[in-house]
Amino acid sequence: MSGSATRAPVIEITPELVADHGLAPDEYEQILEILGREPTFPELGVFSAMWSEHCGYKNSRPHLKTLPTEGPLVVQGPGENAGVIDAGDGWGVAFKIESHNHPSAVEPYQGAATGSGGILRDVFTMGARPIAILDSLHFGSLDSPRSRYLLDGVVRGVGDYGNCVGVPTVGGEAIFDPSYERNPIINVMCLGILRLEDLMRGKAEGVGNAVMAVGAKTGRDGIHGATFASEELDEGSDSRPQVQVGDPFTEKLLLEASLELIERDLLVGIQDMGAAGLTSSGAEMAARSGSGIDIDVALVPVREPGMTPYEILLSESQERMLLVAKPECESSVAEVLSKWDLEAAVVGRVTDDGFFRVRDGGEVVVEIPVQPLVNECPTYTREGVEDPEVRRLRALDIAEYSGPISDQEAAEALLTLLDSPSLASCRWIYEQYDTTVGTNTVVGPGSDAAVLRLADSGRGIAASLDCNGRYVYLEPRRGAKIAMAEAARNVACSGARPVAITNCLNFGNPLKAGTYYHFTEAVAGLGEGCRALSTPVTGGNVSFYNETPDGAVYPTPVIGMIGLLEHLDRVVPSCFLTPGSTVVLVGETGDELGASEYLAACHGVVGGAPPQIDLEEARRLVDFLVEAAERQLVLSAHDCAEGGLAVALAECSLGGPDGPLAVEAELRTEAPAAAALFGESQSRVVLSCDPVMVEEVVALAAERELPVSVIGSVGPPNGRFRLAAAGVQIDLELDRIHDVYRSALPGRMEKQAGLTT
Amino acid sequence: MKIGIVRFPGSNCDQDCHRAVDEGVGAEAVYLWHKSHDLEGCRAILLPGGFSYGDHLRAGAIARFSPIMREVIAFARDGGPVLGICNGFQILCEAGLLPGALVRNDSLRFRSYPVRVRVEQADTPFTSEYEEGDVLRMPIAHGEGQYVADRSAIEALESERRVIFRYVDELGQPTEEANPNGSARNIAGICDEGRRVVGLMPHPERVVSNLLGADGLGVFHSLIGSVRATGDGTATQALEAGDGPAAQAPETPATQAAEAAEASAP
Repeated sequence: MSGSATRAPVIEITPELVADHGLAPDEYEQILEILGREPTFPELGVFSAMWSEHCGYKNSRPHLKTLPTEGPLVVQGPGENAGVIDAGDGWGVAFKIESHNHPSAVEPYQGAATGSGGILRDVFTMGARPIAILDSLHFGSLDSPRSRYLLDGVVRGVGDYGNCVGVPTVGGEAIFDPSYERNPIINVMCLGILRLEDLMRGKAEGVGNAVMAVGAKTGRDGIHGATFASEELDEGSDSRPQVQVGDPFTEKLLLEASLELIERDLLVGIQDMGAAGLTSSGAEMAARSGSGIDIDVALVPVREPGMTPYEILLSESQERMLLVAKPECESSVAEVLSKWDLEAAVVGRVTDDGFFRVRDGGEVVVEIPVQPLVNECPTYTREGVEDPEVRRLRALDIAEYSGPISDQEAAEALLTLLDSPSLASCRWIYEQYDTTVGTNTVVGPGSDAAVLRLADSGRGIAASLDCNGRYVYLEPRRGAKIAMAEAARNVACSGARPVAITNCLNFGNPLKAGTYYHFTEAVAGLGEGCRALSTPVTGGNVSFYNETPDGAVYPTPVIGMIGLLEHLDRVVPSCFLTPGSTVVLVGETGDELGASEYLAACHGVVGGAPPQIDLEEARRLVDFLVEAAERQLVLSAHDCAEGGLAVALAECSLGGPDGPLAVEAELRTEAPAAAALFGESQSRVVLSCDPVMVEEVVALAAERELPVSVIGSVGPPNGRFRLAAAGVQIDLELDRIHDVYRSALPGRMEKQAGLTT
Repeated sequence: MKIGIVRFPGSNCDQDCHRAVDEGVGAEAVYLWHKSHDLEGCRAILLPGGFSYGDHLRAGAIARFSPIMREVIAFARDGGPVLGICNGFQILCEAGLLPGALVRNDSLRFRSYPVRVRVEQADTPFTSEYEEGDVLRMPIAHGEGQYVADRSAIEALESERRVIFRYVDELGQPTEEANPNGSARNIAGICDEGRRVVGLMPHPERVVSNLLGADGLGVFHSLIGSVRATGDGTATQALEAGDGPAAQAPETPATQAAEAAEASAP
């Protein structure tokens, strides 16, 4: 239904109203200066949304600018709907990550579903067909009914949306820690492939070209979602009305229609009406093109009568896009949309006067210069100060835990770790996702990195999502560098060369000095990691205010790493597949139990410094892994991460598609027993190779100046898991560790009767 | 020889089916739009998986009334080979071309992983390249895949050898553990009385290459072989029938209910 929007009564702009819109007095002064007059009520709403943390990056922009964004393969860096890299032979990979933390905390199913929907649109508006979704999920302890309810809803939400649209969910991570108890971190990354000649951007060019709203009608849902995302979650407020509702069926139609429009070359530009809806899509498209845009809200198809211009401008109803048609193409565009049973309406025109102008029928209700609205959001550089409590925890003496333990204690510790939901098998989660639709999934969930087919090129794309929030909490710069190195290592384990990242920076309230310190240090660490690994940032997302009255979440900068694999038929699996193969450990095992999962899960201690990370060594390890795969020297490669060598070996043994394989291994090391078995020293990888290849593997590692040791062999199915180090031996039946590993999540989720709603 | 793949709004395995026919077995694949009444001379019809019409109302319940389905039903009644995969299977049941129904998995969750299915009968156009007893590995991905039918319908399926695929374990046995969704008698796929219409929940079109597994390739090779063997026989007749005035769809309880609902709509 379209008609004249309801004429709203003139609302007086008071200091209280300005404050309610999240604008500081000096920000309001700046608005007065830009306009040369007092804003109208809809204009106040527009500024509030565009200058929110979510859209305007007020507190992050100065730091994000320090990140490297250029590289030989970067076709599109930050500032567009998604980043794009050149994957060779005319192919491009578009990818981006987005958070939907606050909506998921309030309404997990719809929050997660609409998060998936938004990131899919960001990718297909670039002209790319989405081929994979990965999700990084951080929840509180599964001992809490609320966390189980959130996990259940989020998994269903991610699954139902992706499954219905037909984009497989192929990987990610699930981490459980009390810090995320009431504010889960739900980050969804999507990647798609395109022919580079079809690359589309969110532009509004060509004076007089039609601006069209397509897809779902505009309703009253999600008004000021962007502002909601820029506040802490507090106790009593019911924010459910600010959460949108997803419709994957409409999304699927929009996806097919958009790709058809782009393929038929009917568009100048296209953008998702995501956060801040029509306002941000219209203003951003004009800003990128240095043009103006003139929209009449009375022409926007709405879901219900009586909507005001303010509401239409700020609605975040899902599955809507704004597009600019090429001249003479309006009717062809309408025809394609009608084929897909989608609504389309011409709602305005591109202008050249540099204004974001909104009319309601005849009356102009918004008239704001585009450039300051989009590009001059006030930014702040604050002083960050490390929280003394963090310093105290980092300095904690953990020597007493590193030392000698009995065989029995070591075996029990391994079982405890494999039963820890953060380390246990995620099968319960990913079996609810369609992982193979589209027939591009060469390696799906449960491996270090997912690997996708790059059309028929014979090459592959690898992708991984990583972040250990505990490391970043205890030492942000080092923690961020570790996240970078781990993401790169995961991708390289599959044989792919890491080429670029997208990041999702999840932090607490930036106005608090401790959080701000975490943020700036983490961004600095990311920058170091990007430069050392030659993996520039092509885009991402900042999510602040992940904080409840109980405190902030662990600072969680999630890294989405993309890699390219030259020969898909040389992809390296992460688990052991071949009895009789030799097990090799690359990397040095030190006395480094700080910040480990072992301390947290087995001793209830969060403390000590995270392990050392040498980015140069991390890079040499990546080179080694890529070359080893290319030369087909190894049968498997798996990152040694949380839980240390013992857990990494167990994962290699248990991960095979045809059941577990026995392992017999011994590590010679100076490190004390607990640290040797469960410490999380970085830049280590567990390989398996044919015994005749050992010499070459060792030689290649030496060439790359990487420590390497042959530690054992892979046995038959139905044997035992044996690992000795520093005079201690773990000796367990395979079946036993397999049971613990695979039942940790379903055991906690399926027995529950306590689904709170 | 053209193989038609119907695209409903919300189909999402259409491209995978296209690739399986085209690259997998080297036949010509064409898309048939749901609003069309023209089977374009196709010698066999595939109804792909997905969420046609968003699974609104019930999986397959609305797709069954698409314009193209009149032609597909007529084609099937004249002996043309029709394969429904996943959502396609659900549509065939809703359309009354296959008996029974597919309801929520007994776990009440979407299930997606590779399963093993045993080929029970090798005398359909989609299984003739297999041997009876062959165990195939292919993925499932569905929320509503529990096959149910009343006792007499199940008995009829068994006695008429119309159970075509059954979920089995690694030893080829139809155990409870091997049943991913609670289907009666571990049924993964069935055929109609004429043995030309087959529906199954697993996805053979996703395993038609060395890279991703090739156990599903036989379904498409069987199809090509059987269409060739029938020469200009049944399929052409069906095509002619399809070109003419739309054939009457069989009266099923679902049709009657829908018509009643339509009649009572304001």
